[in-house]
Amino acid sequence: MSNPQGERPPAGQNPGAWGNFMGWLDERFPATETFEYHMSKYYAPKNFNFWYYFGVLSMVVLVIQLLSGIWLTMNYVPSGSGAFASVEYIMRDVEYGWLLRYMHSTGASAFFVVVYLHMFRAMLYGSYRKPRELVWLIGMGIFILLMAEGFFGYLLPWGNMSYWAAQVIVSLAGAIPVIGPDLMEWVRGDYLVSDITLNRFFALHVVAVPLMLVMLVFVHLVALHHVGSNNPDGVDIKKHKDANGVPLDGIAFHPYYSVHDIQAIVVFLFFFCAIMFFAPEMGGYFLEKPNFEAADALKTPEHIVPVWYYMPFYAMLRAATYPFLGLDAKFWGLVIMASAILLPCVLPWLDRSPVKSIRYKGFASKFMLGLFVVSFVVLGYLGAVPPSPIATGAAQLFTATYFLYFILMPWYTRVEKTKPVPDRVTMR
Amino acid sequence: MNVMSSQTSASTGGNQSGLRSAKRLLGVAFGSLIMLLSVPALAAGAAYEGEHFEADLNDLPSMQRGFKMYVNYCIGCHSLQYQRYEKTADDLGIPHEIALENLVFTGQRIGGLMVNAMAEKDAKAWFGGKAPDLTMIDRIKGSSYIYNYLKTFYADDSRPLGFNNLAFPNVGMPHVMAELQGIQRNNVCLQEPVIAENGGEKRDPLSGEPITEEVCDNLVVDEGTGSLSAEEYDQVVADITNFLHYVGEPARADRNRIGVFVLLFLVIMFALAWLLNREYWKDVEH
Repeated sequence: MSNPQGERPPAGQNPGAWGNFMGWLDERFPATETFEYHMSKYYAPKNFNFWYYFGVLSMVVLVIQLLSGIWLTMNYVPSGSGAFASVEYIMRDVEYGWLLRYMHSTGASAFFVVVYLHMFRAMLYGSYRKPRELVWLIGMGIFILLMAEGFFGYLLPWGNMSYWAAQVIVSLAGAIPVIGPDLMEWVRGDYLVSDITLNRFFALHVVAVPLMLVMLVFVHLVALHHVGSNNPDGVDIKKHKDANGVPLDGIAFHPYYSVHDIQAIVVFLFFFCAIMFFAPEMGGYFLEKPNFEAADALKTPEHIVPVWYYMPFYAMLRAATYPFLGLDAKFWGLVIMASAILLPCVLPWLDRSPVKSIRYKGFASKFMLGLFVVSFVVLGYLGAVPPSPIATGAAQLFTATYFLYFILMPWYTRVEKTKPVPDRVTMR
Repeated sequence: MNVMSSQTSASTGGNQSGLRSAKRLLGVAFGSLIMLLSVPALAAGAAYEGEHFEADLNDLPSMQRGFKMYVNYCIGCHSLQYQRYEKTADDLGIPHEIALENLVFTGQRIGGLMVNAMAEKDAKAWFGGKAPDLTMIDRIKGSSYIYNYLKTFYADDSRPLGFNNLAFPNVGMPHVMAELQGIQRNNVCLQEPVIAENGGEKRDPLSGEPITEEVCDNLVVDEGTGSLSAEEYDQVVADITNFLHYVGEPARADRNRIGVFVLLFLVIMFALAWLLNREYWKDVEH
């Protein structure tokens, strides 16, 4: 269990080639120090459960996306006349090109699966509470960038759904009063989604956004390791330390959680590969059927729907049907959608409960969190079905309950009866 | 999955509701996911419900025959512009010389894309529009659609080219394989046995003869107009459908084959990861 980087040989003993090299390196670069700070001497609570796997899984998917993306870029042609054909060239003529492409398309969906579950974990155990507000805010930044990354990337195959989804989403900007139409043109760089739009989306998708994503992920971890990880009990493990200053309820991230996480990664890869090899289209949800036709500005797909991971927000956008204050319903839909995405940012300040974890919160918090999950999932379903009076009514109802989770939080977290929090973490 | 919490849940009493509510929420999430996946296919539209056809990628001779039929009857108008002759020949086990001699009619090299020379302008004049490229038709519409489309052309004098189609009403394409199938007519009236509530044919209680009624939604081929029998023509259509299923995603067979090994590897890998984790955590108090 000892790690070669972490331990210096006793004086007088030959440090060996590796020891010599590390000694040389450590005088010039904080290699051992950094490794210890973030891995071998980073003490994480012992009582992590199932929900704590999704952070590391997000990192795994990020790496999958970066690597498969780099190789896809080697054969992809970012132009209106070449994009669609180049994707098919990758699928047919590039050795294992189909594997790279399915890896990337499955990875896009997998990214949102693990990130949504990772965020839910934070909501479940109050991981956004003091002193982790910044960890949460940076995470929200990552989430918003991820949505942008997915949106830009979705245009690149230049299929018909790519084209029309981009057309619809960009046109949302047009609903903004006064500047809308000009803004829309500015975003597209043209009067409609065109070659120019494709090229700028390509630049944003492969350079700008991933660069920011990687930087924010790094900062997310730096902030987390500065304040330490929360745990399912929401108790502070730093209150009880041994003589060496090691938290009694903590355990070194490496090797304990690194080996622990390998199991989760393998299980995750099993599901990932099962989809990638046997159902890459996932019944039209990961790869939509109209996207097997090249973009055609004259042929609108029957139902224009975004990919599944935007559905809940798309349903909220469509839920706005009344003009208000002389402004279009579409504008209010945009406002609702943007608020739904941004509202979680203030979660650390909305939660007034004396306890962090759902384990010790009262019935109201549990009910509201349950309602939030139901609202989110049902909205996801409603975003996928064609609009109808019933679907729109349901979407309005669940949009309201989605917002109520946040708006009522300062009230219900304060008035409900909480349970006593243990002094130390519990193992269960 | 959660080794720690499941092992120790019995030993510690106290508050379990957090985990229980988490499990409940997870249940709700999975339930909704199933609901989500059961939303009808997004492509949909008021489609003709024909026969179900399951394409078979293991039937190499059928796909080879489909290839032959395609280059003889279809490619003149419908290109497969993303697919190459060479890849098709290799994947379907056809030697390059034989393919070049018998299947490439455009004077192209074996590595060429399966394009054609029909100009868009001509297509507009002849058929009212460009004949679509069919490389990915199977992925867009599915095998059953192709199968039914090729089988349900019928004579219709109200159409400019004399033919209509059940799977694609008012299609702008003539029945290219009419010489094989023959001239088919729609809404032909036939005497058909009446089906009882229990699923059996109704019979006259005295004579034992089946009771029949006139049903007028039949597709019937005029006898002697086609060079193939109904079974032979069905096989031709199945061959072309299998071939287009292959062309839609040539990697399909590969990925299904490789996927099995990858998943087996991951199962073994999990056993090792589990053992490794157990070894590290066995001395940890928890």
